[in-house]
Amino acid sequence: MKKSYKIEVDCANCANKMEQAAKDTPGVVDASVNFMALKMNVEFEEGADVKAVMAEVLKNCKKVEDDCEIFL
Amino acid sequence: MNNKQKKVLYRIIAAALMMIVLLLLPLEENSILRFVLFLIPYFTIGYDILKKAFKGIKNKQVFDENFLMAVATVGAMALGEYTEGVAVMLFYQIGELFQSYAVGKSRRNISSLMDIRPDFANVMLDGVLTQVDPDEVEIGSEIIVQPGEKIPIDGIVLDGSSTLDTAALTGESVPRTAGIGDEVLSGCINLSGVLKVKTTKEFGESTASKILDLVENASSKKSKPENFISKFARIYTPAVCYGALGLAILPPVIRMIIGMDPSFTQWIYRALTFLVISCPCALVISIPLTFFAGIGGASKEGVLVKGSNYLDMLSKAKIVVMDKTGTLTEGVFKVTKVVPVGVTEDELLTNTAMAEVYSNHPISKSLKEAYGKPIDTDIVTDVEEISGHGIRAVVDGKTVYAGNIKLMSSIGVEANEVQESGTVIHVAIEGAYAGYILISDKLKPNSKAAIKDLKKVGIRQTVMLTGDSKSVADMVAADLGLDKVYSELLPGDKVDMVEKILSTKGDKEQLIFVGDGINDAPVLSRSDIGIAMGALGSDAAIEAADVVLMDDDPIKIAKAINIAKKCMRIVYENIYFAIGVKFVCLFLGAIGIANMWVAIFADVGVMVIAVLNAIRALRTKGL
Repeated sequence: MKKSYKIEVDCANCANKMEQAAKDTPGVVDASVNFMALKMNVEFEEGADVKAVMAEVLKNCKKVEDDCEIFL
Repeated sequence: MNNKQKKVLYRIIAAALMMIVLLLLPLEENSILRFVLFLIPYFTIGYDILKKAFKGIKNKQVFDENFLMAVATVGAMALGEYTEGVAVMLFYQIGELFQSYAVGKSRRNISSLMDIRPDFANVMLDGVLTQVDPDEVEIGSEIIVQPGEKIPIDGIVLDGSSTLDTAALTGESVPRTAGIGDEVLSGCINLSGVLKVKTTKEFGESTASKILDLVENASSKKSKPENFISKFARIYTPAVCYGALGLAILPPVIRMIIGMDPSFTQWIYRALTFLVISCPCALVISIPLTFFAGIGGASKEGVLVKGSNYLDMLSKAKIVVMDKTGTLTEGVFKVTKVVPVGVTEDELLTNTAMAEVYSNHPISKSLKEAYGKPIDTDIVTDVEEISGHGIRAVVDGKTVYAGNIKLMSSIGVEANEVQESGTVIHVAIEGAYAGYILISDKLKPNSKAAIKDLKKVGIRQTVMLTGDSKSVADMVAADLGLDKVYSELLPGDKVDMVEKILSTKGDKEQLIFVGDGINDAPVLSRSDIGIAMGALGSDAAIEAADVVLMDDDPIKIAKAINIAKKCMRIVYENIYFAIGVKFVCLFLGAIGIANMWVAIFADVGVMVIAVLNAIRALRTKGL
């Protein structure tokens, strides 16, 4: 399943880091961050609990870039 | 500027003023007072950077820009270079502010180009016209569109007539007219009259929503340069940090061993210069910004590119394969000539139209259209389709054969080959040759210019594929100046043909297939880049293609390639410029020629130039 989220981030490099952090989160098959549109597209594993996974994604993103936000 | 940016701006102004005042004050070099006083502007401008650097270390994300800046400036302050320490922080913040402003501005520019998102729909509720969220309008509802408003949802006009501005969707500036029964698309602006529209789609499935979705998600498919840059940034920053560490320790130690003065201060200063230069921001920001601007510029021209990788591929296109019908020609068949032999023109047309009455082929339709009167089907009997040849029917008691020259010879009727562009239908009535009807599909007015333009932008080979007969196809190809033509293909053959052409192309060459998107989905996806044209309102085509031309003008193919080429040129300019300047400055820094001020230029200056260059990709005039 794929979902798209609005995000808030200041620099392009931080967006890249968020993308990597989201990709490395369990339950996520693939993620891509579009810095220009301020959007994050996440593809979840079959049967994953989207809410729990996204909470984890947000936590991991905050770790790599403190100044970011994902609007869940 | 938003609040966050304004706050940074005030801090920059405050810190800069404080610094000027401090430089004018007669303070003693290296005094404690001077140090303490300089700490005030330093913390004013840099406290958030220091905080972020500290948090980064805590979260095991050491090598980021904040860390680089923190170490460089703390180091400079420790060495007694107070002015440099504050200046680096100051210029870094100016650079960041400029970047965030430029990105925000181009983001807004591009979204205003694509300003087709309708905000509301007018619905009659209990006799009162009410504005509602278009998301809440169900299929089959009636909505009212006033002059000056955007059509919110795709639908069919029930009442009223108007002219529509489709520029936002197609880049075409001539307004279209819409009347009762016409299909209207969301995103168009209603210019003159009030329209009552019955919706045929939900908001989310309407054209405007689909296009916005597509453009906004375009950069998810990342191109090679983008992937290269994110990889490069991951390796480069740590590498430079270790380089700086080495520069601070190794030379002094070696000098000590060989009995020279170690001059620690000098080498540490050089190492700090290294750190300032090393910031990868210029690259990391300008490459995606260029692609974003390129995609935005293309959509302004009615060319939707589904990902930045396709811009990369378009710029390397060398072979263009095109479908004939609907791509190079209008796709509308018309009877252009009726040549009777031994009967009247009217008799020939009437008998042929009647014989073809049950067929739904476009050619039969054009015959019926040319006949123009309702056909009494009772007098048409014994209709038999003769596959690959034509049709046989009994019309008003007379046997009529209508079809190609093979059909004529198979029933023993003599007919002459006709050398004209189009489909020729020979007719025999009661065993006697009655003449022929010529049906042709008109070339689009821009087709010839489009092929010429393709050659100009460096396309090595132009190929046309068609299901039409060889004679028609060859004539069209010669007229347009195409390099190759493959005719009499069945729909399945087109995929095979494209695969064959794919196998002949060079490693770095890309093949474009252009079709009208209706029956071409397999070919569109098999080719390197599939371009669907005239796709306005055709969902299947928008799904299958990589690039969508909103109107059906073939001249846009070359335009799309030009936009892609310009975009890629800017991308490579920025990569070479930014990496080049950085490496030169790193080298100069290491041998002690470049000081902190050069380092600041290498960081902030390069970034500003790269961003300004990136924004050029938005301009598509004259391409």
